[in-house]
Amino acid sequence: MAATDTTPLSGASILVQCLLNHGVEVVFAYPGGASMPIHQALTHVRSRLRTILPRHEQGGGFAAEGYARSTGKVGVCVATSGPGATNFVTTLADAKMDSVPLVAITGQVGTAVIGSDAFQETPIVEVCRAVTKHHYLVTRTEDLPRVFKEAFHIASSGRPGPVLVDVPKDVQQREIVVADWDPPMNLPGYRPYRRATRSELEKVLEMIRSSEKPIVYAGGGIVSSDAAPYLKAFAERAGIPVAQTLLGLGGFPSEHFLCLQMLGMHGTIYANYAINDADLLLALGVRFDDRVTGKVSEFAKHGKIVHIDIDPSEINKNKVAHLPIVGDVKQALQDLLQLMDEQGTKAPTRSGRCAEWIRQIEHWRETEPLRYADREDAILPQYAIERMWQILKERGELENTIVATGVGQHQMWAAQYFHFNSPRKWLTSGGLGSMGFGLPAAIGAQVAHPATTVIDIDGDGSFLMNIQELACAYTEKLPIKVLLLNNQHLGMVVQWEDRFHEGNRAHTYLGAGHEEEPYPDFVTMVKGFRCGAARVAKKEDFDDALKEMLDSDGPFVLEVMVPHQEHVLPMIPSGRTVHDMIKT
Amino acid sequence: MRHVLSALVQNQPGVLAHISGMLASRGFNIDSLAVGETEQPDLSRMTFVVHGDDAELEQVRKQLDKVVTVVKVQDISSENFVERDLMLIKVEAAPQQRVEISLLVEMFRGRVVDISPAHLLVEISGQESKIEAFIELMRPYGIVELARTGRIALVRGTLSQGDVL
Repeated sequence: MAATDTTPLSGASILVQCLLNHGVEVVFAYPGGASMPIHQALTHVRSRLRTILPRHEQGGGFAAEGYARSTGKVGVCVATSGPGATNFVTTLADAKMDSVPLVAITGQVGTAVIGSDAFQETPIVEVCRAVTKHHYLVTRTEDLPRVFKEAFHIASSGRPGPVLVDVPKDVQQREIVVADWDPPMNLPGYRPYRRATRSELEKVLEMIRSSEKPIVYAGGGIVSSDAAPYLKAFAERAGIPVAQTLLGLGGFPSEHFLCLQMLGMHGTIYANYAINDADLLLALGVRFDDRVTGKVSEFAKHGKIVHIDIDPSEINKNKVAHLPIVGDVKQALQDLLQLMDEQGTKAPTRSGRCAEWIRQIEHWRETEPLRYADREDAILPQYAIERMWQILKERGELENTIVATGVGQHQMWAAQYFHFNSPRKWLTSGGLGSMGFGLPAAIGAQVAHPATTVIDIDGDGSFLMNIQELACAYTEKLPIKVLLLNNQHLGMVVQWEDRFHEGNRAHTYLGAGHEEEPYPDFVTMVKGFRCGAARVAKKEDFDDALKEMLDSDGPFVLEVMVPHQEHVLPMIPSGRTVHDMIKT
Repeated sequence: MRHVLSALVQNQPGVLAHISGMLASRGFNIDSLAVGETEQPDLSRMTFVVHGDDAELEQVRKQLDKVVTVVKVQDISSENFVERDLMLIKVEAAPQQRVEISLLVEMFRGRVVDISPAHLLVEISGQESKIEAFIELMRPYGIVELARTGRIALVRGTLSQGDVL
């Protein structure tokens, strides 16, 4: 924008210039009456700021999340007022739960009619207070530069999260001369930078030294603070095994000998045993979610707990820590490594320490690994995922692959059988568990990483929830792949029906009757979007079908027909303990 | 245990809604909430009276602190502080009862602020226990209606909460 300081600009142009000033390179935006000026302004900066048109605001929001989760940068999405804005609610809640940096912009009716139940008016800030990190209703065009500066700062600093900026149409239309593009922020109560103190970290090392069975419980904070290399260095140096949460996957190399994979409800047996047996739990960037802990009073009850997190309100929220530490987890790990350097031989090291403990874990791992009873007469969903991982590994493409998922059984199997060795390659809706997340998230990641293979591992239920985004993938030339595991059911609910409701099917069958062909006809639907599609039902055809998908140039959906009787195992039922683990 | 929390918040539209919504959605029980402007026009003070154990209190305080527009939160229960509640109470009072009630009002250092043929309107301020005691004394006469501001509180001494930001 060749704007001099005396050229009046519309609020919408100012808004778009603010996005550019904050390094935004793509927005996911669906237009409507109250956001038209923003879209008009976006057309003037096409060469510097790409606008992706989703086919539903929720898809746009999830795509912005996929962009943010895979890059660490702030994702930006735009919608109009009213229904456009309310379609953002799930995205905002999702980003809040999983600490994803997002700036969501909504058009609003003009300030003169706010509160009059005008056409397409919803008080979206009121609606979204509880599901955003912060929110703004901008009432003056003059405030736009400050509001966006604050919004990007809040979204990306401290514990990241979504910020909603609601901009009335007249604020977008009014023309003003911007006096200061970089105004001071007005956030006297916002103090996001926290650092663990030296004495706290010395105490951590002391506790490690006096422990015999230490374990790291690593969460999404490792990924969002870019702490993965430091966690690896720390774990290797101190000789401590690492179990990860669903969102922590990739924060520690899955194929590392110290990696216990995922813990919790569908975590590995050995990870859960180790947590239960540990005499020291180092909880790093986690929030003791109920899907991890089960019955929280029984969780890790044999050990001392060190909890390091940047959000003070997470400390002692669900589980009281013996050593609570507020601080950025990357900084804490860096400082710990530095302290270990200083302590020299006094520092806890791997050699000889905890040998018994590591042997015990090895024993658990060998006797009770993750496993499923494979079949030759069908493609099991676990097999499909594991096989895809193997093929990608054989082709040397793992490090150039990003995986997104929907929510349900396929998501858990992906977490179990697709192994991530580096962060930001695993995009999943953990805290909120939003079905329909996978396809749009994959699209967002593909926008950010054009040369990367982005695969949505999805279920038929989740896929159908945002299937319209195939139109976005096709028209924007985003060659995402979908491994669609179609069992014609809501598999996870079916599993709970089988385990806890005597198998009584309560609206969990998604087909049209067993005398009919699988329903809907996904291959025909996908082809209707002009994307590539194939169906595979025989195990011997799977490899070829998968390779066809991986080698295709455009977006491609491989529908894999899988039986619905499989259960995600192991499983610690909700609110129970490791002793109640279902293994078969 | 009873706690008094004092919070300085940015004086912006929606802050009260945000905070009360957060407290409700997290299931915190607030006995009293009072809000008003301070000596600095861009700041308001909110005073909360909360019942709960230490763990609950810690969460309330941290969740309040996490709200971006909350500038500072202090649990002043352990400090030497002054706490006041203001009440307007309308009591049934036939002419022959006026003197009797007025005496009670005086003993409580209240004021009669309106008289009608059958009613007295009394203003009274003080700590919660004093207010409650006065309400009990008025019950036999017949309470028509009453309104209370909720508790406000400040720590004694020279330091202001703003000083220690």
